[in-house]
Amino acid sequence: MTTDVDEMTSDAPPAPTAWDRVKLARATDRPTTQDYVAALFTDFVELHGDRLFGDDRALIGGVARFRGSTVMVIGHQGGTNTKENISRNFGMPRPEGYRKAQRLMRHAEKFGLPIVTLIDTSGADPGISSEERGQGTAIAESLMTMFGCRVPIVCTVIAEGGSGGALAIGIGDRLLMLENAIYAVASPEACATILWRDVEKAPEAAETMRVTAADCYRFGIVDDIVPEPQPAHEAPQEVIAATGDFIEQALRDIQSAFDPETEDGVAAMLDARYGKFRAIGAWRDASLDALDSATPES
Amino acid sequence: MRNFFKRQGKFQPRNGDDRNDQIIPEDLWVKCPKCSELIYSKELDRSARVCPKCGHHFRLRARHRIRLLVDPGSFEEWDTGLRPEDPLAFVDGQGPYPDKVERTQLKTGEVEALITGVCRVEGRPLVLVVADFDFLGASMGSVWGEKLARAVERAGEHGWPVMTVNASGGARMHEGLFSLMQMAKTVSAFHRLGERRLPHFSLLVDPCYGGVTASYATVADIVMAEPGALIGFAGQRVIEQITRQKLPDGFQTAEFLLEHGMIDFIIERQQLRQQVRTLIDLYMRDGENEPAPVVATAASIDVDA
Ligand SMILES: [Zn+2]
Repeated sequence: MTTDVDEMTSDAPPAPTAWDRVKLARATDRPTTQDYVAALFTDFVELHGDRLFGDDRALIGGVARFRGSTVMVIGHQGGTNTKENISRNFGMPRPEGYRKAQRLMRHAEKFGLPIVTLIDTSGADPGISSEERGQGTAIAESLMTMFGCRVPIVCTVIAEGGSGGALAIGIGDRLLMLENAIYAVASPEACATILWRDVEKAPEAAETMRVTAADCYRFGIVDDIVPEPQPAHEAPQEVIAATGDFIEQALRDIQSAFDPETEDGVAAMLDARYGKFRAIGAWRDASLDALDSATPES
Repeated sequence: MRNFFKRQGKFQPRNGDDRNDQIIPEDLWVKCPKCSELIYSKELDRSARVCPKCGHHFRLRARHRIRLLVDPGSFEEWDTGLRPEDPLAFVDGQGPYPDKVERTQLKTGEVEALITGVCRVEGRPLVLVVADFDFLGASMGSVWGEKLARAVERAGEHGWPVMTVNASGGARMHEGLFSLMQMAKTVSAFHRLGERRLPHFSLLVDPCYGGVTASYATVADIVMAEPGALIGFAGQRVIEQITRQKLPDGFQTAEFLLEHGMIDFIIERQQLRQQVRTLIDLYMRDGENEPAPVVATAASIDVDA
């Protein structure tokens, strides 16, 4: 298999390593969901609470206007300082965050609003009370909700896509990823701790886990990469605007492919959403190997 | 996310139970971790690996579970040819992933962590999906997702109910993002099954963590658990390390989940077969095992009683 990175000519500057990308994705001044909302959306009305337990400030959402249409925007939100980080739990959602997201998705469905999600979390909250309130169940319900949601969904990994906490708002018709974002089943640090018994091996883990946007695109998991000619924290306006263009284009593509205003169009869109994730996997069928080798050469 | 795993890769399978039981010479006698009773190993096997004295449920290998649940000889296994690939060319401190898979296959006698097929339970067809914790900690990778999706799709085509028996130590880290995406793939398969109004019965067994808990296992139509099973999203060690808090007594046990409203009920191993039969009959009234229509007259109730 080849990647865009592999195909770069040798006189190009050395491509950033996976660990470089991890550091870029986590840069403290990298734009967050709120920055995207402020720059790309107008009339944002934030909607709070899961109507069950509380309001999780690590996962925010609301209705807003995006390039002329009313949409539902939902995204992870960490803090920009220690105080805000604590109130937003460092962007790690608790069960009430996922349940708020589900509520907003059903709301979007009721009014036929496309959903735009912005993914930026190190993962789900690993706390005692989150377990008591069914962290696993809440994430699973989010996945189930998104597979049935009868409006277009465009998901974008804007920084760190961390495991189940990211995936919980990551099921859609299009998955976009910024060039310096990462998306992983576990943090490189967790992987290093578990498989090397040494957190210092995180850079090696990041490399072998294939967490970069180019890897995710090569694997057919991500549909498109938003380029960052300069890292997003160095050129936030340009990168945010480009991200908006990609999201708009993705929404237009879904509209024209499925005509989600009609029942048949919705059914086709949900079929395609199912097919997109149904096709993700890397396995072989040894019984077919056997058939191949059993085929006589003559 | 840093909390996805409990302790994948560290387990040392012995008699299908690596948690607490101490095995005395030659594996002949097993000490119950709950009541300290010494149990003759063969006797434990005969009692479905439930402690005869205190009822502690020891872990079970997947094939043992299948034997206990299905009508003898009725299990027809599916997709036995599916094998993991190595899309990441993953190498960790113990070497390349394909080598690890091969060692595990030799050690466990299984080719992957999930076994799927169709069986009969007292004559009733049931698609059965069982995880084997001894195979890389029942970590969910691409083969798991594909086998499960195929099994659920076939259930839909034939109009059969599905039962999943779920254990997992977390994601198959060696398969990276592919592993995470199996959460989506498995949930979507069950979403479709639900649209056909076919039921999914999920049994959570010790231990069940990570992406399996956060995907199809907990959004089943009926969620059951074995007594004492540890079930959660984040592993206990991770939670302790990050929060530096003492975990409450009984944290993440099946009983704890029941108290917090996360499961429908706890079922003892010896009662499972009967319970599953009842569930199939309750939900599959239009299926091929349609029971005789019940006319709720006083007379018929008397007769049935
Ligand atoms: Zn005992």
